[in-house]
Amino acid sequence: MKNEDISIKMNSLKKLLKGDKRIIAQTISAVENDTNTKILETIFPYTGKAYHIGITGPPGAGKSTLVNVIAKKLLEKNNKIGIIAVDPTSPFSGGALLGDRVRMTDLALQKNVFIRSMASRGSLGGLASKTKDAALVLDASGMDYVLIETIGVGQVELDIAQVCDTTVVILVPESGDSIQAMKAGLLEIADIIVVNKGDREGCDRLIMELKFAFELRDKQAGWHFPILKTIATENKGIEELVSAIDSHRAYLHKSGKLEDERKGKLMLRIHELIEEKIRAHLKEKIIKEDELKIMIDKVYKRKLNPYRIASNIAKGIIKSQTRRK
Amino acid sequence: MDRKIRVIIGKPGLDGHDRGAKVVAAALRDAGMEVIYTGLHQTCESIVEAAIQEDVDIIGLSILSGAHMTIFPKVLNLLKKKRAEDIILTGGGIIPEEDMKKLEKKGVKKMFGPGTPTTEIVDWINENVRAKSKKTKTKKIKKKTGKNRS
Ligand SMILES: Nc1nc2c(ncn2[C@@H]2O[C@H](COP(=O)(O)OP(=O)(O)OP(=O)(O)O)[C@@H](O)[C@H]2O)c(=O)[nH]1
Ligand SMILES: [Mg+2]
Repeated sequence: MKNEDISIKMNSLKKLLKGDKRIIAQTISAVENDTNTKILETIFPYTGKAYHIGITGPPGAGKSTLVNVIAKKLLEKNNKIGIIAVDPTSPFSGGALLGDRVRMTDLALQKNVFIRSMASRGSLGGLASKTKDAALVLDASGMDYVLIETIGVGQVELDIAQVCDTTVVILVPESGDSIQAMKAGLLEIADIIVVNKGDREGCDRLIMELKFAFELRDKQAGWHFPILKTIATENKGIEELVSAIDSHRAYLHKSGKLEDERKGKLMLRIHELIEEKIRAHLKEKIIKEDELKIMIDKVYKRKLNPYRIASNIAKGIIKSQTRRK
Repeated sequence: MDRKIRVIIGKPGLDGHDRGAKVVAAALRDAGMEVIYTGLHQTCESIVEAAIQEDVDIIGLSILSGAHMTIFPKVLNLLKKKRAEDIILTGGGIIPEEDMKKLEKKGVKKMFGPGTPTTEIVDWINENVRAKSKKTKTKKIKKKTGKNRS
């Protein structure tokens, strides 16, 4: 049995940095299941080299199929590619059916590709925190590119842009008009927009609408948002898409934005982690569930109100915090 | 935190029916497991490679084509070669009783005959993965670091 403890053993770290697939896989499991951040602290100094590309868009838009062809294109230049594909966790059972691999069979045996399917698990407010950690593991393992496919987008996934250097938003003619994409906030996070299933009717009309919608943004941003047409299943338009990603990367470099944006993202991450820790601490140590339960009857009968209870408890915590100093 | 059980459901070989595989996959999901589905016509190599990258506890193969006597041993072999024998191999399909016994002797942990209720498969997986992680857990503690994944 090779199931050694990989928390921080030097030997495993060396293997991870060299890209040993079994160790990468086990390390991802470890960070996914453990709240202990020792491993992440150990690998962090070795990260920051991979270029992160986010692929997002509504369910069934062709995200996985596109990841497959984009990766194949990047492989031609001898890149090492890590892929994380997220599918939703069932809120009822806590289980998940992870099917993105079905579209990536071309990559299954490529030496320079590592694919990991992840379930969104109970993450509130965005891309699973663990997805970011998994991306860090892939980064440390020497990948040139990390591709992240989100679950079919809802409002919650917009922070894919918080992890990725280039965010590609995939739309399809069936996903309606550009107003719907705008409502979902999708277009705000896009660096590149792809209308996939270019073989279907309505594609050109959607592209026209999007071009119109983006004219304004173009002028402000200094980056010309490409709006591209692809047919992922026929490998059409992929060359253009990959070169648009390259251009965006070059633009980020040249303008100095890459560093600025990455610093901003790290800042956000720190905030997020502090909040996670404090939330966990509150739940475990501070907020007394039993006492709340006793009060709830009175709240239900309108003798107490939730606002007063919450602000009293919060005041108590803050006071005890300042007293300690 | 509870470590979720991860299972890969593979359809190696040529037969084009994955209804059974999908029914099992859905049942395992409904039992709270994370199920990786790889689609039709997979090679043994790609299933084993996926199992490793996905760090699954169990591989379940569905075979209706009659090629079970070559496919299961091949997968066992590949797992050994990749030093991933700790991944449990199981499966089912249209397979004669006799062959099931032979395969279990060769190292397939358990074969499920046609028409096995999915609840039976769920229970079996729960039991066996728990037994396995207990083993590795105690082993790890002995190996001085107190940390474990479950
Ligand atoms: N006609 C057509 N079909 C496509 C195209 N790209 C993808 N598809 C098909 O669309 C379906 C969904 O593709 P996926 O790649 O799984 O889509 P996805 O966005 O990853 O789906 P989820 O991960 O479930 O949200 C599959 O049946 C693909 O074969 C395309 O360009 N044209
Ligand atoms: Mg997908």
